[in-house]
Amino acid sequence: MNIFVCVKQVPDTETKIVPRADGTFIETSSIKWIMNPYDEFAVEQALLLKAAVTGSTVTVLRVGGVKDTEATRTAMAMGADEGILVEGDDNLDSFSTAKALKGAIEKSGKSADLILTGKQAIDDDCLQVPQILAQMLSMPSVSVVVGFENNGGKLMLKREIEGGSLEVYEASTPCLVACNKGLNTPRYASLPGIMKAKKKPLQQFSLADVGVTDADRKVKYSQFQLPPEKPAGKKFDAMDDAKLNSVVSEVVGLLRNEAKVI
Amino acid sequence: MSKTLVFTEFSKDHAKSVTLEILGKMKGVKPDVVAIGDFPTSAKEDLAKYGAENIHVLKGDALKNYSPEGYAQAIHDLIKANGYEYIFAGSTSIGKDLFPRLSSMFNSGMISEVTNFSYDGSTFSGTRPLFAGKCLAKVEFTGAAPHFITVRPNALGLDASPTAGAGNVSEANASVSEIKALIKEIVKGTSEKLDLTEANIIVSGGRAMKNSENFSILNQLADVLGATVGASRAAVDAGYAPHNMQVGQTGKTVSPSLYIACGISGAIQHLAGMRTSKVIVAINTDPDAPIFTKADYGIVGDLFKVVPILTQEFKNLLGK
Repeated sequence: MNIFVCVKQVPDTETKIVPRADGTFIETSSIKWIMNPYDEFAVEQALLLKAAVTGSTVTVLRVGGVKDTEATRTAMAMGADEGILVEGDDNLDSFSTAKALKGAIEKSGKSADLILTGKQAIDDDCLQVPQILAQMLSMPSVSVVVGFENNGGKLMLKREIEGGSLEVYEASTPCLVACNKGLNTPRYASLPGIMKAKKKPLQQFSLADVGVTDADRKVKYSQFQLPPEKPAGKKFDAMDDAKLNSVVSEVVGLLRNEAKVI
Repeated sequence: MSKTLVFTEFSKDHAKSVTLEILGKMKGVKPDVVAIGDFPTSAKEDLAKYGAENIHVLKGDALKNYSPEGYAQAIHDLIKANGYEYIFAGSTSIGKDLFPRLSSMFNSGMISEVTNFSYDGSTFSGTRPLFAGKCLAKVEFTGAAPHFITVRPNALGLDASPTAGAGNVSEANASVSEIKALIKEIVKGTSEKLDLTEANIIVSGGRAMKNSENFSILNQLADVLGATVGASRAAVDAGYAPHNMQVGQTGKTVSPSLYIACGISGAIQHLAGMRTSKVIVAINTDPDAPIFTKADYGIVGDLFKVVPILTQEFKNLLGK
């Protein structure tokens, strides 16, 4: 089984985001990059399948900046066999990213039996690339997946929807699966894994190499800015039991008469 | 003027509120609406009230359940036949999954989950949060039509004085070819309440809840308010609540009218996910907890004492 995992490198969730003064993007110089947290579930699922299906290979794909290759190296240290990196810039939208990933799969010389991704990247939060890529490759896709069973190439996939309900899909391969937290418990990269990863093949291409042109950029971002700060609110001390009832009663009154939300 | 289409879903025989929010935001545009499957007649009135002109109802054996491939094919053909140029949907489970595939069928651009937009029928520009709301940016299309847009539920609000549309309903059979990923079964969640992403009021618990059993006091408060219960990442990671209840950067980003944070300190990734709530109430024993910097009304106190009194006060107020 030829398994491809798409990973993205995103700022650590603790990062304070600072827009550039000219509003073209955010300041990236001091950011600590990590693998998009949802992509860890995709990598783990790929490695579980590789262990279960003899002769499988796991290729990790990434589009983005190449100065730092944290996400790709982590995936290979966890156990992926090889990597393909397409050098992208800050202005890639979901369509051009998906097209670059499609181009990277073609460059690998292998046909994809299964593509695994995270359900969304926690930087732009678009949730588009998996479905766009699947459509480009005429593949079915199931997103927000929290359950995965492989019965000889027939997949049973559980997709989480509103209110914690689950849609149970049966899908044939080739297929794209976008993974959510809860699907599995991602392994940590071991020290020998990290050492081995350094010797694994990592190919690098430009956007032009994989056939992405300016016409593939369909969406333009500008005016990056911090959200407006709220004026300071009202704070009440209810640590003293004697004040409890009056404080709560006052807040409920404010919610009705001042904020008008009840 | 461009031709505009809004995809709608239903909730208990009514059009989902986010569809009405979108329609109400488009005065003078005369948008059409598309629905798939059974069309509840009670929804027609809502849709017309907020401006829907023509309501297309697409039916077919392959469309009984949602599937990304089936729904995308059906709507693709409708867009082609009518020359729609701007196509909107709510950013719901289906909207998020369906629209990227649909936009890809046209080699078109899509803008996800805007929280505000301006659209006069010929040009569109939107505002959307990035990094789970730590930052905002303006978004526009550069490629050719059709253009696809999803809108975050509760972000626009309902128009107070909408302009009505004709609301002509027409049914058509959609032909759908082979579907390679099909729903075999739907396992209903235990909650009958609105999802966090669509809820108007949210009561959330943090690490200070101490265990999953204690969430019952939040459930009681939520029942009185008709609210949905959420949790912080700390509470989810500690096993007090399942991941589908998590609010924040690695959970759900929410915009209710009222958000009540109980025993949540306010880690940056939690604040990012709930800061667009219209009114925030925070209850925490630590007067210096970061959550208080975002709260409209902060109560420094023990949630186990405050929440039951709050529940009783709301009960009295709402006559329950």
